[in-house]
Amino acid sequence: MDWQAIGLSVRLATLVCAILLILGLPIAYWLTFSRRRWTFLVESVVALPLVLPPTVLGFYVLMAIGARSPVGRAWEHWTGHGLAFTFEGLVLASILYSLPFAVQPIAAAFSQVDVSLLEASALLGSSRWRTFTRVLAPLSLQGIITGAVLSFAHTLGEFGVVLMVGGNLPGVTRTVSIAIYDQVQGFDYAAANATALLLLVFSFAVLSVVYGLTRKPWSVTRS
Amino acid sequence: MTTLRAVIRARVSADFLLDVDLAVEPGITMLFGASGSGKTTVLRCLAGLRTPESGRITIGDRVLFAADTGVDVPPQQRNVGYVFQQLALFPHLTVEQNIHYGLSALDQDTRRARSREIAASFRIEPLLQRRPDQLSGGERQRAALARSLVTNPQVLLLDEPLSALDHASQSRIIEDLRNWNAARGIPILYVTHSHREVFALGARVIVLERGTVLADGLPEHVLEAPEQESLARLTGHENVLDAVVESIRPDAATMQCRLSRSDVELEVPRAKGEPGSSVRIAIRAGDILLATEPPRGISARNVIAGTIGALRREGATVILQVDTGVPFEVHVTPGASESLGLAVGRPVWLVIKTHSCRTVV
Repeated sequence: MDWQAIGLSVRLATLVCAILLILGLPIAYWLTFSRRRWTFLVESVVALPLVLPPTVLGFYVLMAIGARSPVGRAWEHWTGHGLAFTFEGLVLASILYSLPFAVQPIAAAFSQVDVSLLEASALLGSSRWRTFTRVLAPLSLQGIITGAVLSFAHTLGEFGVVLMVGGNLPGVTRTVSIAIYDQVQGFDYAAANATALLLLVFSFAVLSVVYGLTRKPWSVTRS
Repeated sequence: MTTLRAVIRARVSADFLLDVDLAVEPGITMLFGASGSGKTTVLRCLAGLRTPESGRITIGDRVLFAADTGVDVPPQQRNVGYVFQQLALFPHLTVEQNIHYGLSALDQDTRRARSREIAASFRIEPLLQRRPDQLSGGERQRAALARSLVTNPQVLLLDEPLSALDHASQSRIIEDLRNWNAARGIPILYVTHSHREVFALGARVIVLERGTVLADGLPEHVLEAPEQESLARLTGHENVLDAVVESIRPDAATMQCRLSRSDVELEVPRAKGEPGSSVRIAIRAGDILLATEPPRGISARNVIAGTIGALRREGATVILQVDTGVPFEVHVTPGASESLGLAVGRPVWLVIKTHSCRTVV
């Protein structure tokens, strides 16, 4: 089993999940509460990765971070090496690719919170930040957890974008799904099966734990 | 003593402009109107949850909003207590945590003392550790009031907070609110669409219709003797009838009127108008007595014969349409309807006291 690839994938998914929470909460907040007319345009941009083929997204990210692009040149200036085919490049691409999986459940949870609770908080003297931390976030916890888990799981399993942006460098950009692909290409079905099964069991376990902790779909709501 | 003064112009929709000028003195003032009259918009403007297009809102000397100078104090700093129609208690916090919520600037001990004091005023001490979903309707109202008042607001705004409660619980809560306010004397604006609540709770009433103040004053003056037809309908005068003054009896302070397009005559209290001029007469459907035989030997001056044209039951009221040449709406209890054997087509006599009739414009 390719433990190096598994470790790399877990590291990538954890990092992307953490960054997406930091980015996703304000984006979801803005999408939910902004009254600007062009909010829907931002919403569409955020949702693009849901419908775009990963290769298309990967291609544009590669163009955007390549050695000839301003972003790529700036990164090279700061760090001394390019962004394409590196772990950092992979993180950036994965953030874009998994953005809707973090933002949409959080925004959905925010919009379910009764606005009068937020107004009551303001009228009791609380700043927007305190209203967010004390009322909005606790009441949206299930959506936030769902967003975190989905973006983690989605990053763990991504393939097309990784291949386009990161290539297949062991220990740097060779994630678990690419390892599986490699093993199948080399007719090593036993190894592919072991890795795939591990990923399957792990994904199922994480989702079960989270949904088990946060959801009560069959319980009757007390009035 | 602080008075809340508000001049508010706010466009609610293309054809609805809220345009009011209010003064709310210390004590309870009722803001009364049908749904869609703009009551909640007034409260939201006062609380800073909505910015009026123009106007000025002050509490005593403190300016909360002034369109001309650009002052618009945010809701966080208005120091206005607000109890929402749905109460908006934080569902994930206990009653005590809800009460502490507005006291975050204070230290733990002061907060404890303040919440214990307010819990005693509103009789919710045993409930402090419960969550809102473990409370009864009345307990939730008390918790919501306590949460707003513990911050010592300069004004309290109540958006139909008690409409879901029975009368007895309502008046007990209001009694506690009055006691709490006795020492403080802040203006309390209480929004309602029930004229029963206006009489039960308010010392003063402001009537709102289609975004403008129709009348204000003591409930018994404003609602019992409505001067406008719209106000009469709003306050439960289901019958508003066109009539012409026939003659005036100055000695009895009454006048004889004939209802338009009919021969029906009514004696009503003397009001402005000379013989020959038109008037409108408002009568509550519940003030009309109904007899199944011609009544004799009674003091009421108006006895009108008619037939029941329609009959339907709504809750604890039987609503009758009685055709006398002009249609009258009459309300009786289901018991009265049964024992009299009321049915469509049955001849009946309406008995209306002179002073049950109001002339309106």
